[in-house]
Amino acid sequence: MTTVRTPSPSVLPAHRTDGRNRARSGRRLDRAFSGLTLTAGLTILATLVGVVLATATFAWPAFRAGGIGFFTGTTWSSQTNTFGALPMIYGTVVTAVIAIILAVPASLGVALFLTEVCPRRLRGPIVALIDLLAAIPSVVFGLVGVLAFHNVFQTVFRAITGPKANGSSLLTAGIILAFMIIPIITSIPREGIATVPGHHREASYALGATRWEVLRTAILPAGSGGITGAVMLGLGRALGETIAVALVVGSAIQITPDITQPGTTMAEIIANRFNGEGMGIERNALMGLGVVLFMITIAVNVAARVVVNRAQRRNAGT
Amino acid sequence: MTLNGLSVFYGENLAVRDVSFGVAANRITAIIGPSGCGKSTVLRSLNRMNDLIDGCRVIGDVAYRGIDIYAPDVEAVEVRRRIGMVFQRPTPFPKSIYQNVVYGLKLAGIHDARDDRVEHALRQAALWDEVSGRLDSSALGLSGGQQQRLCIARALAVEPDVLLMDEPCSALDPIATARIEDLMAELSERLTIVIVTHNLAQAARASHDTAFLTTEVDDHGNRTGVLVEVAPTDRLFAHPIDERTEQYITGRFG
Amino acid sequence: MTDTALLPKPSTQPGFGPVLEPSQRTDVRAKTVSAGRRRTDKVATIALWCAVLAAVVPLGAVITVLVAKGFGVVNWHFLTSDIPSVTGQTTAACRDITPAFRAKYGINCSPPAPGMGPAIVGTLISTGLAAALAIPIGILGAVYCNEIGVRTRLASAIRFFADVMIGVPSIVMGMFIYTAWVVRFGTNGRSAFAAALALACLMLPIVLRSAEEMLRLVPDELRHANLALGGRPSQGVIRVVLPAALPGLISGSLLAVARAAGETAPVLFTIGVTLSLNTSPFGENTTLAQQIFSGAKSGLPLANQLAWGAAFTLVAIVFGLSALARFVASRSSKVQKG
Ligand SMILES: Nc1ncnc2c1ncn2[C@@H]1O[C@H](COP(=O)(O)OP(=O)(O)OP(=O)(O)O)[C@@H](O)[C@H]1O
Ligand SMILES: [Mg+2]
Repeated sequence: MTTVRTPSPSVLPAHRTDGRNRARSGRRLDRAFSGLTLTAGLTILATLVGVVLATATFAWPAFRAGGIGFFTGTTWSSQTNTFGALPMIYGTVVTAVIAIILAVPASLGVALFLTEVCPRRLRGPIVALIDLLAAIPSVVFGLVGVLAFHNVFQTVFRAITGPKANGSSLLTAGIILAFMIIPIITSIPREGIATVPGHHREASYALGATRWEVLRTAILPAGSGGITGAVMLGLGRALGETIAVALVVGSAIQITPDITQPGTTMAEIIANRFNGEGMGIERNALMGLGVVLFMITIAVNVAARVVVNRAQRRNAGT
Repeated sequence: MTLNGLSVFYGENLAVRDVSFGVAANRITAIIGPSGCGKSTVLRSLNRMNDLIDGCRVIGDVAYRGIDIYAPDVEAVEVRRRIGMVFQRPTPFPKSIYQNVVYGLKLAGIHDARDDRVEHALRQAALWDEVSGRLDSSALGLSGGQQQRLCIARALAVEPDVLLMDEPCSALDPIATARIEDLMAELSERLTIVIVTHNLAQAARASHDTAFLTTEVDDHGNRTGVLVEVAPTDRLFAHPIDERTEQYITGRFG
Repeated sequence: MTDTALLPKPSTQPGFGPVLEPSQRTDVRAKTVSAGRRRTDKVATIALWCAVLAAVVPLGAVITVLVAKGFGVVNWHFLTSDIPSVTGQTTAACRDITPAFRAKYGINCSPPAPGMGPAIVGTLISTGLAAALAIPIGILGAVYCNEIGVRTRLASAIRFFADVMIGVPSIVMGMFIYTAWVVRFGTNGRSAFAAALALACLMLPIVLRSAEEMLRLVPDELRHANLALGGRPSQGVIRVVLPAALPGLISGSLLAVARAAGETAPVLFTIGVTLSLNTSPFGENTTLAQQIFSGAKSGLPLANQLAWGAAFTLVAIVFGLSALARFVASRSSKVQKG
């Protein structure tokens, strides 16, 4: 433990005489320090406000030119200056939904595995591996997905859905996203489940429950708030994930119900097309996509956080 | 039930060594002893709750009606269906009172007469009169003593043959404690009870037989629980044979 | 309660059958758990193992591929040399000239050796600057939330929005700095510094939240001890709380740095591009992540090779930072346990 050193000079008589001075300077120190930390804390809020203002202002010309068509239009062309974001919105939602469908069972499985099935000796290593999975930069997932596994995906998809399937597609992006969000979705229920009072679990076992019944009836319900929140956080991440998707989704501006076909997402088109000055109003339109993406992810994250916080408070309460 | 040469390891630590005694049917057996001597450990090995602890190993055998419950062809789940357990702190699930009691029945796939069974269990646990009007309200709204009786009712609903209780009254006030003791006396007509308690008066009052465990410290400072004496409660408290028992029950321990 | 005492006791013979048959009751070997429950339990256990495999196998696949394709590329020359141009014109021109001609005029027709030096330096500069910006602000902000403004509305708002900001897509941070910084300065606006600004926006909430969790672990007794000795609250924070939390703060910050080092999206529009070394925070620069992105999009073998090498290097850096963070954290928990 840290030892607190007594400020010995302060008890010397010479220092006692200017006690009031010291008190004043001390108070000033306190105040300055508080101000400093407050400013630092406010930086977060200022940044968020800054993001909204700066990007929205920049995107405004595109919103104004496009009107509602910006959200409902299906063509995106810099030649004709028509910018309709629907294919991007469609792709974003589809890839994120695929990712969630694949990642949620796997993540929950991992979380439950770690609490109830995993031999203790394996627990540390498995948690470390999942953390490593989270640490892999998304561009590396994209690189591996497009250069090493494109043909694998294509072969498998073709075997299942027919010869038109493409190795770079909405489905590919969804699968890669799923791997990327598994660590996120795993970590929060893992916390929540870990705080399930051990006695619920023991009480169920004592009543003759099998392991699965204990998981289902005593552990899952207690973690449910955390699970919902975690799924939403994962969704937020999947919606906004950029680089991996940009590499594997195939970059085709189209709305196709066939998920084994190339598509696009909001983040993908920004990453692949935005190259700054001299690209006219498309630059504002891409910024507009960024604003839409920001708003969606903010909404999802706010909701997720409310759910997670409520679950964490409840867990702390019992 | 009989314990024969029961030793329990937690990892490398020998927590309890070579405990042997019999638990007579339809009687209340109390396990007493200083803190950390392994009372809970012994109790938990009677329905294989120790299986849930990583690194816990049980040696020796524990026979239930002549069959070793640690035998390879016996499943822990089957053991626990017959040997129920009530814990030190009340452990109601965060569900309604009814749902708590019916939980074990649901697991066991018992569909008939569920309401009757719930009522019967709650009556046996002397809780029916207090909760019959609010079976659908949360079990967490009950007082500590009521919660503990609810946990007893929950255990009774699946009609165990043996009920293990680990300091069931330590979180309760004297009145709630007295009710649980009465309840145990009544229940012992139908089932076998093993209770761990820190309260010597409770053991003396409420049990028929008493087993006294204590801690032995070896040359390396390892602490291991051993059985000192087991006897009918009256005899053990009136005429302890072992000196350590006498010291403990007269409060001159340690 | 009072009048129920007068009611007759319930009969001990209830009107329903026993849960277990007497024969089952006496024999624990009897299987009373239904086959269905047994099967469900088995299937569930297998499913959980599969879930873990599903999470671990892709990790294994990524690492295997990286080692197979990247390890051979990385050597001292790769780590230190400029990035070769991968346009492919050299090789096309070389097809038409004889070796003797090449030798005579000293024309080098062998494909350029891969190099990534500038990107490594760019990554270090931009991430380092971002860390220098975000870590102090993040920790001070955490001090506000957990020490100065505890339990105020503002503190919970900051905490909440930090959590929300962690979920904001990193590309949005890139676009923010693009509009707020890069366009102000025209083409000169693109630099490692601009990228650092975007990365700092990304790191800030991560550092703040992890720092706050670490401060929360510091026992209140230490704060009280400071006050009881006549210390001011700010002195307590500086002399007692922060030192006590230091290992945790370091490990949390390292994780944030690791995260930033691997980010591509915030860098894309803010750093520009260069193939040669730029050690200044200003002027166009490049990072490993950016090079991987452009290399992965290219169809040229050399570009792909560059990307694999860069990816191997980047993952080594990121894993190294994570391992360091883990090490520091494990040291600290040992210290705390005494
Ligand atoms: N899960 C566990 N892992 C490791 N050691 C344990 C575990 N549970 C108990 N022990 C050790 O086994 C010994 C006996 O513990 P046990 O809980 O059985 O004692 P007890 O007699 O019930 O004590 P108390 O009266 O305080 O409840 C103790 O030394 C304890 O440290
Ligand atoms: Mg105990």
